[in-house]
Amino acid sequence: MKILDCPLNGPRNITEFQYLGPLRQEEAEDAGSLVARVFFPPNPAGVLVEWWRHTTSNTVFLAERDTLTDEVLRTWLPDRKSHEEFPA
Amino acid sequence: MPLSLLKYGLRRDYVPHGDIPPTPDLKKSYDVVIVGGGGHGLAAAYYLSHVHGITDVAILEKGYLAGGNTARNTTTVRSNYMTEQSVAFYKEGVSLFETMSHDLGFNVMFSQRGQLTLAHSDATMRSFRLRAEMGKHMGTRIEVVDAKAVQEICPHVNMDFGGQHEVLGGLWHEDGGTARHDAVAWGYAKRAAEKGVEIHQRTEVQGFRKSGDRVTHVITDRGEIAAGQVLQAVGGLNGQVAELAGFRLPIRSFPLQAMVTQPLKPFLDVLLSSANMHTYLVQSSRGEVVIGGGSDPYQLVSTRSTFDQKEALAAGAVHLVPFLHNVKLLRQWAGITDMTPDYSPIMGESPLRNYWLDCGWGTWGFKATPVAGKRMAETIATGRVPEILKPFALSRFEHFALVNEMGATAASH
Ligand SMILES: Cc1cc2nc3c(=O)[nH]c(=O)nc-3n(C[C@H](O)[C@H](O)[C@H](O)COP(=O)(O)OP(=O)(O)OC[C@H]3O[C@@H](n4cnc5c(N)ncnc54)[C@H](O)[C@@H]3O)c2cc1C
Repeated sequence: MKILDCPLNGPRNITEFQYLGPLRQEEAEDAGSLVARVFFPPNPAGVLVEWWRHTTSNTVFLAERDTLTDEVLRTWLPDRKSHEEFPA
Repeated sequence: MPLSLLKYGLRRDYVPHGDIPPTPDLKKSYDVVIVGGGGHGLAAAYYLSHVHGITDVAILEKGYLAGGNTARNTTTVRSNYMTEQSVAFYKEGVSLFETMSHDLGFNVMFSQRGQLTLAHSDATMRSFRLRAEMGKHMGTRIEVVDAKAVQEICPHVNMDFGGQHEVLGGLWHEDGGTARHDAVAWGYAKRAAEKGVEIHQRTEVQGFRKSGDRVTHVITDRGEIAAGQVLQAVGGLNGQVAELAGFRLPIRSFPLQAMVTQPLKPFLDVLLSSANMHTYLVQSSRGEVVIGGGSDPYQLVSTRSTFDQKEALAAGAVHLVPFLHNVKLLRQWAGITDMTPDYSPIMGESPLRNYWLDCGWGTWGFKATPVAGKRMAETIATGRVPEILKPFALSRFEHFALVNEMGATAASH
């Protein structure tokens, strides 16, 4: 089974996680970008930054994954305060 | 007949003939360039050349003919959707399947054996009533049946009386059926090629040259060609190819997985599916039980398979038809599906004036192969999107006018 590295609990089976979809760049609060935010998520053939949740511990985190190889490159907890959601 | 067949078989000067000619050299320009040689692109080429007299057409296929989702689907053909717009569209699709073998002079093995979808909860029964009423209103053959009728239609179903997945009833759709997917593609390819449509296999589109809001050239790995009009129908890669053309589509790529068992003697003469178990079964004419279709839980642009998905499908199949528990799997595979937010396709205009979309076919587009081909050809030939396609425009997302078919799609593609 595929293993995902939870930033809080370490490596766990993928079935313990819920996929929350790609990280979206557009603001939901801005009417001009609402449609893009809701309906046009990123869909690269390559590296994607996306939200995951470890269900039993309710840990919501970000992962960087290659959608061509299904390789998880890294996982981390977002720093909400400094808005450092995006990978450095 | 038997004697001539014998003579034919014994002839020494027998010349084998292919259904389509080998890939020719690319010309400098074409009236219409179709990107993607799957069922949809081929059907559009057939209708362009046979109905609209447009024969200066090139189909560009990066792999081999119809090796994408057309080769990978589980061949469910049906029209029992939820919304009026969808039922009208898919109903036309089913009716084109009914006459396809005759129309093409090519046996596509359409078998209209009916589709039975099981309900294991009151909520599912309620949604079935909605679909049945809409289907009747639109003139399709569909009805809600009770548990007793389910047993009569399909005696092999595990009713699970008193159990967790007790069958409460079903949605019986007599128009539902199945056809040979490869034959559909090859039938269209053969007839289109006869009219002069060029089919270029192993020709990958890598970009587009534009002038203002028009595409002028298609860039391929075999050179550049000028195009009067372009049709995009690239299956799982629709999102990525649109980006090559300079715009985005509301599409995410997910693998969809399916499998078949070893051949058994004929026992299942309907298409059987369960909304709650996300599993459906159909017995092929070879006797193999086709089991589908599990979507991966996260985005991926790959056709790799997983044991998890196969295990879930097997669990569903064995629950529905317990005597399958000792049967061996013969093959398993996946295709990349281009999923839209509302489980409906995107057809018609793109942000570019001479670039048309036949996209967002996700897990449900095989049944639409003839009708999408017919209607997209009409769009290209006339420059106008026909009424029946208008609800599926890309612009519906801007207006929040979605055509929600999630409930009628997830259980049986
Ligand atoms: C497992 C599975 C089960 C399914 N079951 C059903 C079902 O039961 N009923 C149903 O109605 N639908 C089903 N579907 C969906 C259905 O298969 C598809 O929606 C349909 O086949 C799409 O046809 P198409 O011609 O648009 O795409 P495809 O058949 O995928 O053809 C697109 C072609 O474009 C080519 N291409 C891609 N990129 C390029 C490029 N850059 N340049 C040139 N060519 C390119 C590809 O190689 C491919 O051959 C299923 C799909 C899967 C994966």
